[in-house]
Amino acid sequence: MLSLQNINLELEVEERRVPILNDVNLEFEAGKMYALTGPNGSGKSSVARVAMGIYRQTAGQVVYNGEDVSDLGISERARKGIGYAFQHPPRFKGMPVKDMLEMAFKYSDGYNCQVLRDIGLCPDDYLERTLDNSLSGGEIKRIEIATLLAQNPKVRIFDEPEAGIDLWSFEQLIDVIGSSHREDTTTVVISHQEKILNMVDEIILIRDGTVSMRGSREEIWPQIKESAECACRNSCRLEGEIYADCPR
Amino acid sequence: MLTALDKKLLQEIADLHGEPPGAFNIRKDGQGIERRSLEGIEINPKQDQPGIDVQVASGKEGTVHIPVILTETDLSDLVYNTIDIGEGSDITLVAGCGIHNPGSGNAQHDGIHEIRVRRGARLVYTEKHFGEGDQGGKRVLNPKTVLFIEEGAYAELELVQIRGVDQTSRVTEAEVEAGGRLVMYERLLTDGEQTADSDILVKLMGEESAARIISRSVAQGSSSQKFYPRLLAYGPGRGHVECDSIIMDRATVRSVPEIWAENADAELVHEAAIGKIAGEQLIKLMALGLTEEEAEEAIISGFLK
Repeated sequence: MLSLQNINLELEVEERRVPILNDVNLEFEAGKMYALTGPNGSGKSSVARVAMGIYRQTAGQVVYNGEDVSDLGISERARKGIGYAFQHPPRFKGMPVKDMLEMAFKYSDGYNCQVLRDIGLCPDDYLERTLDNSLSGGEIKRIEIATLLAQNPKVRIFDEPEAGIDLWSFEQLIDVIGSSHREDTTTVVISHQEKILNMVDEIILIRDGTVSMRGSREEIWPQIKESAECACRNSCRLEGEIYADCPR
Repeated sequence: MLTALDKKLLQEIADLHGEPPGAFNIRKDGQGIERRSLEGIEINPKQDQPGIDVQVASGKEGTVHIPVILTETDLSDLVYNTIDIGEGSDITLVAGCGIHNPGSGNAQHDGIHEIRVRRGARLVYTEKHFGEGDQGGKRVLNPKTVLFIEEGAYAELELVQIRGVDQTSRVTEAEVEAGGRLVMYERLLTDGEQTADSDILVKLMGEESAARIISRSVAQGSSSQKFYPRLLAYGPGRGHVECDSIIMDRATVRSVPEIWAENADAELVHEAAIGKIAGEQLIKLMALGLTEEEAEEAIISGFLK
C-alpha cells in the first residue's frame, strides 16, 4: 500500500542543515494497523510528514500503490488517498467546524453529524462553533480526528491522537480508530500509549531518526517502557495496583 | 424602472432580487428613483439638501432598505440621511452602495448617515460596499455614520467591503447612553492598489453602557489599510476592541486601537493582531485535498465570515 524507501531527511533549523531521518525503510500493508513509537524527537512525526508530502525527503522514494509519489505535493497525495491527523492541529479564526468537515468530505462521502458523534462531541453543539481559541485543546484534537474520519483515506496516519484528550474519550478514541479500520485501509498511529500498542498488528520503533526495531507488543514494549511510562506513575499506585484510571 | 445592471448591483449590496420588501428608497446616480413608505415607517426626501429622512414610529417592527447605486463615470454623489428609530422599535436597516464605473473618470459616493436609536429600540444595520468596472475609473466610497444609542437601546452594525472599491475612508462615531449596547463588525478585503482607512470613535456615556468592535481585514497585493478604533468610557462602561488583519503579498496594514477611560469602574480591552496566513493552516487544508489557492481562499473566507 505505502512504502518509504531509503528515506533521508534533513531540515533547515536556524540556517543549519540538521539530519532528521536516516535511511528509513518501511512497508505498510493494506488491512493492517501499525504503531510508530519511540522517544520524543526520534523522528516519528517526520516519517508521517514525509509520507504526506509536507516534508520533502533529501533522498529516497515514497511509493503508494506501486506509484512513485515522491514528487507529488500534499494536495495530490491527499486526493490519491493518504491522510494525516496533525499532532498539533492549527486553529482557524472564523471557520466553523461544519466547513472543515465539508472540506474533508469533498473527496469522500458521509455526513458531518456521525463523525462528530463518533468522537464524542454533540453535533448540534459543535457544527457551528469556530475552530479558534474558543475551543479547548482536547476539543480541537477530537475535531482533528473527526476530520480524518470524514476524509476516510486509504492510508490513515494519526499523530499522537490521544494527546490532550481526557480519559473517557481516550477509550472511545481507541474504539473509533479500531472500528473504522477496514480491510482495504492502512492505519498508522503514532503513539507510546500501551493501550494503542496493544491494538495494532505491528509496532515500529523509531530511534535517532531510523527504524531501530519492528515487532509485536511483547517484543517492543520492554524497549520503550521506561520512556513511555509516566514519571509520576508511583503516585498513582496503591499496594502495587494502579488506582487512577491511567491510560498509559 | 430598474435595469439589469441596477438589479445586479442591488443583489450584490443588499441581497435583493427586484423590489425590496418593506419600506425602501433606492438612489441611483444622485437621484432617488423609487421609494415606498409604510404606516409607521415614513421615508421622505430632504428639502434643503440631498438625502432622505427615515422616521420609524415607536414600537414598530420591520425592514428598511436604502441602497445607493452608481452606474456613471465622472460622478460624485454626496448624500445626507437622517434615520430616527422610535422607542421600543425593532428594525433591520440595509444600506450599502454598489458602483459600476463604466469609464475612466471617478465614481464617488459620500454617504453621511445620522442615526438615532431611541430608548429600548433595537437596530440591525448592514452596509455593504461593492465596486466594478474595467475602464480604469476609480470607485471611491467615503461613508460617515454617526449613531446615538439611547438608554437601553441596542445597535448592531455590520460593515462589509470585499474587493472592488479603490479608495475608502470610513468614519463611524457612536455615543452609547446608560444601558445601551453597540456591537460593530467590520470586514474588509483590499487588493491591487486599493486603500482603506477606518476611523471609529465610540463613547460610552453612562452606566452599564457597552460596546464591542470586531474588525477583520485581509490586505492583498500592494493595497494599504489603516484602522483607528477608539473606545472612550466617561462612565462605568464596558468595551472591547478586536482588530485582526491578515497581511499578504506587498500590502501594508496599520492598526492603532485606543482605549480611554475617565471612570475608575470602566473596563476596556483592546486586542490587535497583524499576521500572514500560517503555513500549518495551508498544510492542514491541503492535506484534505485542497490546492494551495483553494486553501488560501477557504482560510480568508472563514476569517471574513
